[in-house]
Amino acid sequence: MKRNYYVMSDGILKRKENTVYFVNKEGKKPLPINKIYSIYAYGSLTFSSQVVHLLAKEGIPIHFFNYYGFYDGSFYPRETLLSGDLLIKQAKHYLDHEKRMVIAKKFVEGAGQNMGKVLSYYRIENTIGDTMRDLDGCGAITEVMNVEGRMRSAYYFHMDEILPDGFKMEGRSRRPPENMVNALISFGNSLLYSTVLSEIYNTQLNPTISYLHEPFERRYSLALDLSEIFKPILVDRLIFYLVNKRMLKEEDFEQDINCCLLNDQGRKTFLKEYDERLKKTIKHRELNRKVSYRRLIRLEAYKLIKHLLDSKEYKPFVMWW
Amino acid sequence: MLSKTEKHLQIMGTQINYYFICHTKLWFFSHHIQMEQESDLVSVGKQLHQGTYQKEKRDYTIDNLISIDFIKKGDMLEVHEVKKSKKMEKAHEYQLLYYLYYLDVIKGVENVVGMINYPKMRKKIILKWDGTREAEVRELTEKVAALVDGDMPKPVKSPTCRKCAYYELCWV
Repeated sequence: MKRNYYVMSDGILKRKENTVYFVNKEGKKPLPINKIYSIYAYGSLTFSSQVVHLLAKEGIPIHFFNYYGFYDGSFYPRETLLSGDLLIKQAKHYLDHEKRMVIAKKFVEGAGQNMGKVLSYYRIENTIGDTMRDLDGCGAITEVMNVEGRMRSAYYFHMDEILPDGFKMEGRSRRPPENMVNALISFGNSLLYSTVLSEIYNTQLNPTISYLHEPFERRYSLALDLSEIFKPILVDRLIFYLVNKRMLKEEDFEQDINCCLLNDQGRKTFLKEYDERLKKTIKHRELNRKVSYRRLIRLEAYKLIKHLLDSKEYKPFVMWW
Repeated sequence: MLSKTEKHLQIMGTQINYYFICHTKLWFFSHHIQMEQESDLVSVGKQLHQGTYQKEKRDYTIDNLISIDFIKKGDMLEVHEVKKSKKMEKAHEYQLLYYLYYLDVIKGVENVVGMINYPKMRKKIILKWDGTREAEVRELTEKVAALVDGDMPKPVKSPTCRKCAYYELCWV
């Protein structure tokens, strides 16, 4: 089973024949090339084009995060899984307003249902379900986005009921996040975005053609679309877990007057637990086999492919527990 | 672009093979929605391919459509396929038959004989081309072309699904 590699410290990636080594002051560590799914670079990395050649050959993306832990970009190796037919259908579903609306609404619906599930797990009454019904009347993408925004702000408002004292969110703030929970959400969301992007890379879908987000918004906007569904499941639940179990404390953050970020230790804890979650498996109801959370993201991409091919209507993944 | 009537002239050996295994798989594969890179069984096949018959003349690709595992030349030209197990025998036979047809009818190569090798079981199947099955193979290529041209066929559950690389794509 291939796994993700998280590089936290600064160092050099070196290639010797067909092996990549990570070299820093502490020594030289080989990275088993056949076992790597993607690399998440939080430290600063120096590497040669020889390394890039090998990673491209093996189809391994590297996701880069800046000093603050925000997503910078990816080395996205040359696409090998190309399907002209599927690309045309993907574009067709974007260009046809009706078809695009169908998919965009499904993404928001999936996100909303998962937000609802998270809150009801903590027995918090909310109106997310009611807001979600407004989707039916939406005739434009901006209206769909508006419903999504209203659901999310209600959801974030209720999050404070789950969080312990000292860790209240008090509204979403980003660029920069103003407090600890906001810092965690920003960090988690950009991590999830990269995870989703890696999954899309391993399918024939084109990551730039999206439905809810505008394709010109950011480069790989399809990853933003699919992330919406998984944010409550993978990021928010992880945050509650880490904070309520006191696994992340105030000393895991660096606080400024109007900026708050995870420090190295905090990032390490977050990434370790995030990776555990990606690897965790559940029994999939339809497939009747065990799948990991990471695989659930891939399955979401598969469902989208089948929708685009008119084989089966897309239904977003919703937690059933 | 090829006209509809000519499409059956552009059929790959793998497509003939898949026609006898699963129409949905054939359709996905033909539309470049490939999954084989994720399949452990395909890796086993590749290993087998790389590890056997190393002394022979290997991997003859003709017109990018048929890829022969290895050939031998004696009184007749021997065309060899290497397969893992006899489970998909029918698919293997038609794939090889198609190679023979392609060489004889399309390329005009005479005196060709085909063999399917099952090295793990030390077994061999021999197929001779005498022209009697030409109409059958031609009809088969037309069926494949028509299937690929149509909409994606709905998957049909079968015992082979369990080990197929397309399992999740089909059944999610």
